[in-house]
Amino acid sequence: MVSDTGGPKAKIMDAEAIRRALIRIAHEILERNKGTGELALIGIRTRGAILAQRLAKEIEAIDRHPVQVGSLDITLYRDDLSRIAPNPVVHSTDIAFDITDLRLILVDDVLFTGRTIRAALNAINDLGRPQLIQLAVLIDRGHRELPIRADYVGKNLPTQLSERVDVRLNELDEVEEVVLEAAANEGASR
Amino acid sequence: MAKTLIKNGHVVDPANKRDGRFDVLIDRGKIADVQPSIAANGAKAIDAAGLVVAPGFVDLHTHLREPGREDKETVETGCRAALRGGFTTICAMPNTTPAMDHRGIVDFLKREAERIGLADVRPIGAITKGREGKELTDFAELFDAGCIALSDDGSAVADGFLMRRALEYAKIFDRPLIQHAEDPLLSAGGVMHEGLVSTTLGLRGIPGASESVLVARDIALCELTGGWVHFAHLSSAKSVEMIRQAKQRGLQVTCEATPHHLALTHEAVGEFDTSAKVNPPLRAETDRQALIEGLRDGTIDCIATDHAPHTEWEKAADFDAAPFGISGLETALGVCVQALVVPGLLSWSQLVEKLSMNPARIAGLTGGTLSVGAPADVVLLDPKRQWSVDPKQFISKGRHSPFAGQTLTGAVVNALVRGMDPAQ
Amino acid sequence: MTTTTTANGTQTAQWIKKDLLGLQSLTAEEIRLVLQTAASFREISLRPIKKVPALRGKTIVNLFFEPSTRTRTSFELAAKRLSADIVNISTQGSSLSKGETVLDTVRNLEALKVDVLVIRHAAAGVPHLIARQSQASVINAGDGAHEHPTQALLDLFTIQEKKGRIEGLTVAIIGDIAHSRVARSNIWGLTKLGARVILCGPPTLIPTQIEALGVKVTHRLEEALAQADVLMLLRIQHERQEAVLVPSLREFRLRYGIDRERLKSAKPDVLIMHPGPVNRGVELDSAVADGPYSVILDQVTNGLAVRMAALYLVSGAPKVEVEENA
Repeated sequence: MVSDTGGPKAKIMDAEAIRRALIRIAHEILERNKGTGELALIGIRTRGAILAQRLAKEIEAIDRHPVQVGSLDITLYRDDLSRIAPNPVVHSTDIAFDITDLRLILVDDVLFTGRTIRAALNAINDLGRPQLIQLAVLIDRGHRELPIRADYVGKNLPTQLSERVDVRLNELDEVEEVVLEAAANEGASR
Repeated sequence: MAKTLIKNGHVVDPANKRDGRFDVLIDRGKIADVQPSIAANGAKAIDAAGLVVAPGFVDLHTHLREPGREDKETVETGCRAALRGGFTTICAMPNTTPAMDHRGIVDFLKREAERIGLADVRPIGAITKGREGKELTDFAELFDAGCIALSDDGSAVADGFLMRRALEYAKIFDRPLIQHAEDPLLSAGGVMHEGLVSTTLGLRGIPGASESVLVARDIALCELTGGWVHFAHLSSAKSVEMIRQAKQRGLQVTCEATPHHLALTHEAVGEFDTSAKVNPPLRAETDRQALIEGLRDGTIDCIATDHAPHTEWEKAADFDAAPFGISGLETALGVCVQALVVPGLLSWSQLVEKLSMNPARIAGLTGGTLSVGAPADVVLLDPKRQWSVDPKQFISKGRHSPFAGQTLTGAVVNALVRGMDPAQ
Repeated sequence: MTTTTTANGTQTAQWIKKDLLGLQSLTAEEIRLVLQTAASFREISLRPIKKVPALRGKTIVNLFFEPSTRTRTSFELAAKRLSADIVNISTQGSSLSKGETVLDTVRNLEALKVDVLVIRHAAAGVPHLIARQSQASVINAGDGAHEHPTQALLDLFTIQEKKGRIEGLTVAIIGDIAHSRVARSNIWGLTKLGARVILCGPPTLIPTQIEALGVKVTHRLEEALAQADVLMLLRIQHERQEAVLVPSLREFRLRYGIDRERLKSAKPDVLIMHPGPVNRGVELDSAVADGPYSVILDQVTNGLAVRMAALYLVSGAPKVEVEENA
């Protein structure tokens, strides 16, 4: 998302840093799960889905086996629907395989309060019963409001609650970086 | 009784071709003198500087609802609403419950109007018993009791044979039959004008032909019988055209149009606004233009309100279920001035002709003029005052109007009946 | 995620209307938003657990003053798949003082704090009347011969799904246009999205001046058949026959009924649509209704997704104070 507001900005990661973080996570996933058997990646829309696609390519490059990838829209599982108006636009969930008994890696760009992950877990629960679910994120910025932690983290980033972390990816934003801003517009913090 | 002198007003009295500054002297309920300047000589003076002084308006078409539906209107609330609108005489339609089809109801209405002592109320009797369109009423009894005309208004006399006999028989009395021209089969189930708006809203339409078919038939019957038909609330261009030709042929045909048909079109229905549900329905702009043209060239003799009050809850229903009718007495002048006089379509003198002189003539009354000796029914108007229509402020029990929220020009300041202001 | 950015980065319209009363009052962007949202909802019905928690805690009332099984069931399932609580109220409404009863019923529901009212009524404008008086969101499930917005939206969705586009297509709507709310809503929707609309039927069933809405009218079926990418057939109402609009159903079928033989003169990839229930052997021959061109059952499936989208969107609209005594 192209931000036009906010205070001073600091670049936390550049394209190269993001690339290296994803390669490292790919290796960790393979190591922890002992290969690609029964493995599938599910990215949370919008940027988590892009990162899942990239991670899948990295894993394939290392292991020479294709990995199934899906994308998940968690809008309908949000716990704040009754508190915001208008209702956010719903995108489709696109998982073209049965998740039952798979080892699922849930992928998102930023881990913050944990509420998005909670919604994603509920959504996955409605789709089937995987063997296990692990969580991979590019940035963990702290401030959890639920008992959730990531299994794979690109970068741990200590932040103020009022700050804002923007992950910008080439596919969507035509720029590749992670930026920390002293957010001026509340409500958009993540 | 003391004399009253209306000073410094602008007198508009088309019957006497007066349109200028005159003083009007009233003595014992009659017009005593009209001169450029009259000395007070002890008469009670009313300063009418800046005001129009005109003969009181005569409404040929009022629904008073009493007896039967006193929750919609009573003779008293109707008369008060009439005076607020400048009407010193109202002609009450017979579609009461029971219908005004015999002497008893006519006498009741006259007694009630006299007891209240506000506007002059003139009854219109029914043409057929129970307004059922089957059997003629006793015309002589009704006229003897004081009816100024007969009508089955609300319904047409659809049976051509019956209408022929009625027109023939009414010739004895030299009084008109007022026809609500509508072919009941052509408009069956219809709730608004048949046109683009009804098509869009999915509502059943009433075509203009539903009216003009009956106008054509009755013109032919006038020609056949030599009788006098007066067409109520004209709405379609075709009707105007046929009446124009009938008049040119010298037939005894008169007609009226309402302020709402002159000012509004079917667009006023908007998104199912029941306050614009009226019968005949508000029609297309071409129809409205034809009505205005008919008014200007004399085809349409007068403006009548078709004041049709209903309760709030009835009008709050969905469009199909809500009753037809507009509460019109209190907005008539403002609507006419705004729609006709302000744009220069009608002069003040022509407007008074349509609201006072001509309807009085059709009703066979001596009023409608400021001639010496005529009843001192006088209305004082502020021609420039602008006001906003708020139906909640209506005196009438019918607090519904398609003009709600609109700004109108021209307001009634004072209405005198037989020289007295009954409001005081 | 709070983003309203789509995958290709374009900003989409947001839904801010309290009610869904008709397609006449929607912009092309709003129509596209409903279709896009419905596309997202379609997948839910294919899951083993066909339910999402989006409208948990919301109360929806199906208020049907006119009998209907299909539309009512579709709304009911849509509400349930969104985890809303739904109550069905069917009243046949006495013909006397109908309006009073309608408003009284609604005031009672209002007192029970209902979030969405889905309304079907035989009189045009009833949902509009109620929407003006009610805090609850109102979805018009068919009002007289006026509008049936969710039917038209599911028709648009189905055309989009099968043809890949709506703009530039020619859609022929055939039959009783005059009494059809489906026709009116589809005329608005199709023309707003750039389709060409041909209305076809006997003159007695074509309402006056309808060409002013940007459609073409023909009384000859062959003309409509030759040009149409989509044939949308309407139900002939048996009960209207008393009004002498067509001399007989048989004569209607001979002139305007679609059978295999007639279909030979249509485009090879033509779609046959019908809002149901079909009068087999009147407007549509059984062989055609069940044949390869027919997408009638897809319409039913898509109707569920479209109604889920409608419920989701209106129940998220910003709340506004309703004008007193409106």
